[in-house]
Amino acid sequence: MSTLQSLDIKRRSATTAPSPSVRESAEVAKLIDISKCIGCKACQAACMEWNDLRDEVGHNVGVYDNPADLTPASWTVMRFNEIEVGENLAWLIRKDGCMHCSEPGCLKACPSPGAIVQYANGIVDFISENCIGCGYCVKGCPFNIPRISARDQKAYKCSLCSDRVAVGQIPACAKACPTQAIYFGTKTDMKNHADGRLQDLKSRGYQTAALYDPPGVGGTHVMYVLPYGDRPTDYSGLPANPRISPLVELWKGMAKPVALAGIGLAALLGFFHYVTKGPNEVEEEDEEKARAMADRENGGRS
Amino acid sequence: MKGGGTVGRYTAGSRANHWLTAICLILLALSGMAFFHPSLFFLTDLFGGGVWTRIIHPWIGVVLMLSFLGLFLRFWHHNLWRREDSRWMASINDVINNREERLPEVGRYNAGQKLVFWLMSLAVLLMFVSGLVLWDEYFAAYFTVDQKRLAGVLHAAGAVLFCFILIVHVYAAFWVKGTLRAMTRGSVTGGWAWKHHRKWLREEIRTPAKGTGD
Repeated sequence: MSTLQSLDIKRRSATTAPSPSVRESAEVAKLIDISKCIGCKACQAACMEWNDLRDEVGHNVGVYDNPADLTPASWTVMRFNEIEVGENLAWLIRKDGCMHCSEPGCLKACPSPGAIVQYANGIVDFISENCIGCGYCVKGCPFNIPRISARDQKAYKCSLCSDRVAVGQIPACAKACPTQAIYFGTKTDMKNHADGRLQDLKSRGYQTAALYDPPGVGGTHVMYVLPYGDRPTDYSGLPANPRISPLVELWKGMAKPVALAGIGLAALLGFFHYVTKGPNEVEEEDEEKARAMADRENGGRS
Repeated sequence: MKGGGTVGRYTAGSRANHWLTAICLILLALSGMAFFHPSLFFLTDLFGGGVWTRIIHPWIGVVLMLSFLGLFLRFWHHNLWRREDSRWMASINDVINNREERLPEVGRYNAGQKLVFWLMSLAVLLMFVSGLVLWDEYFAAYFTVDQKRLAGVLHAAGAVLFCFILIVHVYAAFWVKGTLRAMTRGSVTGGWAWKHHRKWLREEIRTPAKGTGD
């Protein structure tokens, strides 16, 4: 939601011209190691604290999830799920929030120039001053992340602490995590680190442990180490193969140039019809024939 | 026919109704286009910026829906498809080439006008329904995200259909001279009626009270 950071911009919503791209920066990523997460919600508290957000106090709905869902003021939330693995119970806790896709559906869907940007380091950020509140980002997102505030109709989500990252700090959630389940660094380093974690998990019997970096959205800049990598949806609905909806691809892709060209062509067709076939005009003889018809029908009364 | 050789075609009420609809449609096209393609986003400046355009657009849509409903109720019975309409459509080549004399006699509306009427009705309905699904400020909670995605595609498709019909409708009024005055002054010349809507002219001469629009 912040103003522009001192970060280079790679992609900008509703902008067809390329961004400055001479300088190259390393891509960053947050790696969330679910096998180390104890569900303490320190990351949630740190997120509120750093971003200066205070959600309304809600109600206990009988589960550990608190708040029950992401909101405009809660950009990350721990989601709890219980599954049976063989004869054992497994308690799955996933820190949900923006995945910072390499190909962000929100950015593709956004009609307002510069309301959503992707920095060169991969972070996807909402620039609230440019947000017009249409909610298209919600439709574009394959992870159900952006939330529209009832107060100002603007969209909010995790910024991956772009303001901290811009000055060389790690995101607040990573800083606060007491078990170091949240790592932050270059994407390459995070993938390497994940490899080590997966080896460790496999050696301890988690044969299907996997890194979640879904290719359908070009990979993400928030990745998970999943102990049960073959069943991502058990982690409170983490999509197995996320991708931008084909409907959004059509609406925000081909439809735009094809429709504009079609409309332009129709207008041109009209113009050329006029200059080749000419106007369809009523002649004086038509008026006479009309008068004759009137006389005939009325017996000359008119 | 009245003195001076003119025939009444639209009442003042019909004309006002038509132009209210037209104004709404143009404002909707301008504001909607701004969201459809990045290169047209500058059009939001006409409405006070992006946020205001987002706020105003659906409300204009509501006015259009009500206004068009008025037009629909006034004109639907004039637009029922008749056998000569199919014959008229079959001779579309003569229409395009200004060979009016080869066409069957036409009543109050020709097949092209009827097509515009029905397609417009369809487009308004489609746009209104899909527009409600997209109107997050008030209706976000009532629809699933997949319904909203589909609504986005349909709203865009309907908008394109709208633009095509609008181009045909406006161009026809410009191409066929003497047409526009029906909507600005309410009447057409006898010659215009004789040339383009002879059957209607005959009916008008026989029973002049009928067919002034309502």
